[in-house]
Amino acid sequence: MQLVVLGGFLLAGMAPLLHRWFGSRTPLLMAALPAGIAAWLLAQWPAIVAGEALRLEWAWAPGLDISLTFLIDGLSLMFALLISVIGALVLAYSGEYLRGHRDLPRFLVVITAFMMSMLGLVLADNLVALFVFWELTSITSYLLIGFNHTDATARKAAQQGLLVTVGGGLALLAGFVMLAQAGDSWSLQALVERGDALRQHELYTPLLICVLLGAFTKSAQFPFHFWLPNAMAAPSPVSAYLHSATMVKAGIYLLARLHPALGGSETWTLTLSLVGALTMATGAFLAIHHTSIKKLLAYSTVMALGTLTLLLGIGTPGALSAFVVFLLAHSLYKGALFLIAGILDHETGTKDVTAMGGLRRVMPLTATLSVVAGLSLAGLPPLLGFVGKELMFASVLDATAWRWLLLALAFPAAFLTLAVAAIVTLRPFFGARRETPRTPHEPPFAMLAGPLLLASLSLWLGLAPGGLDGLTNAILAGIGAPDAGVHLALWHGVNLPLVLSVASLLLGALVYRHWDRLRLALRRLDPLMARGPEAGYAALMAGLVSLSAWQTRFLQNGYMRNYLVMTLLVLLGLVGHAFFFRHGLAIELGLSVHFHEAVVAGLMVAGAVTACVMRARLAAVAAVGVMGFSIALTFVLFSAPDLAITQLLVETLTVVLLALVLFRLPRFATLSTPLERLRDLVVATLTGGLITLLMLSVLSGERLPRISDWMVANSQPLAHGHNIVNVILVDFRALDTLGEIFVLALAAVGVYAMLRFHAGEYEARDDGRTGGPPDG
Amino acid sequence: MEPLMAVTIGVLFATAIYMMLRRSIVKLVIGLMLLSNAANLLIFATAGMRRGAPPLVPEGLAAPESAVADPLPQALVLTAIVIAFGVLSFAVVLVRRAWEIVRADDLDRMKDTDT
Repeated sequence: MQLVVLGGFLLAGMAPLLHRWFGSRTPLLMAALPAGIAAWLLAQWPAIVAGEALRLEWAWAPGLDISLTFLIDGLSLMFALLISVIGALVLAYSGEYLRGHRDLPRFLVVITAFMMSMLGLVLADNLVALFVFWELTSITSYLLIGFNHTDATARKAAQQGLLVTVGGGLALLAGFVMLAQAGDSWSLQALVERGDALRQHELYTPLLICVLLGAFTKSAQFPFHFWLPNAMAAPSPVSAYLHSATMVKAGIYLLARLHPALGGSETWTLTLSLVGALTMATGAFLAIHHTSIKKLLAYSTVMALGTLTLLLGIGTPGALSAFVVFLLAHSLYKGALFLIAGILDHETGTKDVTAMGGLRRVMPLTATLSVVAGLSLAGLPPLLGFVGKELMFASVLDATAWRWLLLALAFPAAFLTLAVAAIVTLRPFFGARRETPRTPHEPPFAMLAGPLLLASLSLWLGLAPGGLDGLTNAILAGIGAPDAGVHLALWHGVNLPLVLSVASLLLGALVYRHWDRLRLALRRLDPLMARGPEAGYAALMAGLVSLSAWQTRFLQNGYMRNYLVMTLLVLLGLVGHAFFFRHGLAIELGLSVHFHEAVVAGLMVAGAVTACVMRARLAAVAAVGVMGFSIALTFVLFSAPDLAITQLLVETLTVVLLALVLFRLPRFATLSTPLERLRDLVVATLTGGLITLLMLSVLSGERLPRISDWMVANSQPLAHGHNIVNVILVDFRALDTLGEIFVLALAAVGVYAMLRFHAGEYEARDDGRTGGPPDG
Repeated sequence: MEPLMAVTIGVLFATAIYMMLRRSIVKLVIGLMLLSNAANLLIFATAGMRRGAPPLVPEGLAAPESAVADPLPQALVLTAIVIAFGVLSFAVVLVRRAWEIVRADDLDRMKDTDT
């Protein structure tokens, strides 16, 4: 399986090549891969439903406890099936939707890569592998939202989606690291078994916050919901696939997967219920503001994602089975509806539902499918959406915490969703026929296949929900409700959930009837809407830009001494802190100094200080020379004859060179103010003092055995040399010396080039001006 | 001797940094020279200083008879001295070149690429 997924990435890379060979048949051809995966997954169905979990081991970096092991249990089977089936349908669909589009090969590359990342995400057992796939889906989603890259809105939406999800991804990474620490494993399967230990762990709250941030941003929960409707800038098949059926459910998947490990605590229940319910209400309420069919659907997706989070928060076996059914139902009808929205857009040339009408006469099949999927979205019998909604109401009524608040948020969401369903499925197809930019007719079969299959599944599973019993129980066993023994049914008799359903039907119909007036009335709230979370995002971005502009002006201002001072201050702060507070100052040294040695040291100091205060250049050079020769003397006194010789030679050359070159330069001028000099003096003194202290501390410490003892012992026997320093240079460490020669040669070439080609010649050659500098 | 050298080296570093913070580009070069000398001395002195025991093997013997000064830091410093000279000569010629073109000894007048 891993090979198939990794091979899928390879196939994605080959898409342009395939497109050159097979032309417009390429998408159908490539759809064979997800179709094959789906067939293989279906073959595993009986075993998984019987309660087995398939574990495919694949070591990646065993030393780091990182593996590419895949785990196929009920939950991942359902997700993987959704991904591969809808993936195949979407590939076939987009072949028609983007027929003849210049960038079709690019689209195929990215969407196939996304498909494989998403499969990896839901199958991975290792946190690191999961995270890698998680980020890959964010990146591919970015590329797909920005598919139409000449459109500024699409680019902005793509960036927004990326920043929100990847920002959450960062939090998720931190959460995973803490999770692995607390649970002492990177394997999801192992972590799930350590739920009690995890909930007791002191890192529980911070790691929960981080993981939730990651999941909430990915799954567009309030207050991060704003990126999802904006992501509708992507082509319709992408919206159907990524932004309703699969990717936005990654966060939900993660929460479900970690439910046995992290769920059940008070924090978990309250956070998830409240965020979920708020997201539901926000999504449903914002949906009816819009007339674009894709925006309507996007906000109802936000509502559905909120519902799923709410159900996970409630966490009872009933809520979890509602979770499974609602998730499946939503993926089926929303995928179908988005594909139909794409068909409408493709055929009529507009996305505005108020501009369409009476289309049922020209595209009857599309209209039928749309109504079926819409009924499921509305939660009406006999469709799977109805089963899901009934279970949802029942579990909200069962909730232990804040039941009435949750109901107060969930109920309006339900009837507003019903209105949305009516708007997107009735409005374009019924009523009076309206003229649209393009003349519509039934789309080709490849485009209808997706809605057809998804809508029929919605209907079939709604009529016979018992077929899902096995899968639901297998999933429940994996997400924290073993032995639930759920039996799904369409009809539960007359009970409170049914009453709520009927009430929401009536209210929904009312909203649909007065939608046009309602929309106008709601427009008055627009100024308030403009202050929503999206404004916070915009402010954050603007703040980030001005902060980086400020820090660039402040830190990278082009003055080299500022860079130096900054670097030195950081060095002083960090090293000084570590030195004084961690290491502690412990200096014990005896001092034995001969008089002549003290004189040499004094000469060095005098030379260096004089070089600083001299106003004449040659005097400064001479002072540096004095210091250099004193160092040579030190080498003589302390058993380093080779160093002394080299230092003498180099110092002589340096003084000659400086004297020759500097002779042509101007005298020193006083360029800085006394205050600046004082500041530099303080920084310099502090750094010098720190180095002295460091050196004293090093000298007082324990010494490790010297490496050079081996060199001293082996210089003559191995290298036949009596001068050990020379042997080291030309034998033991000969490569270093080679490097040194190389550096010197480079410097020599540079010096030669600069002396050989004069500035004046450049100017004369480059722009024909005559007269270089007098000495050039 | 080492504690005295520690203080000396500290002073050398301080002067080097002070000179490198000046606006005059020639002073910067002098600071560079002071810095490389100070660093060399630091490596040499930190390894321990020993009087009158150069790391040489007497003729006819396989190893020195008594303890000698550590040869490894000496080899390192020897390399460093030579490289510092290479860097310095490059820097000096660069300064001269810059002076020919910009006619300024002031680093602040060279902070933009279009001077």
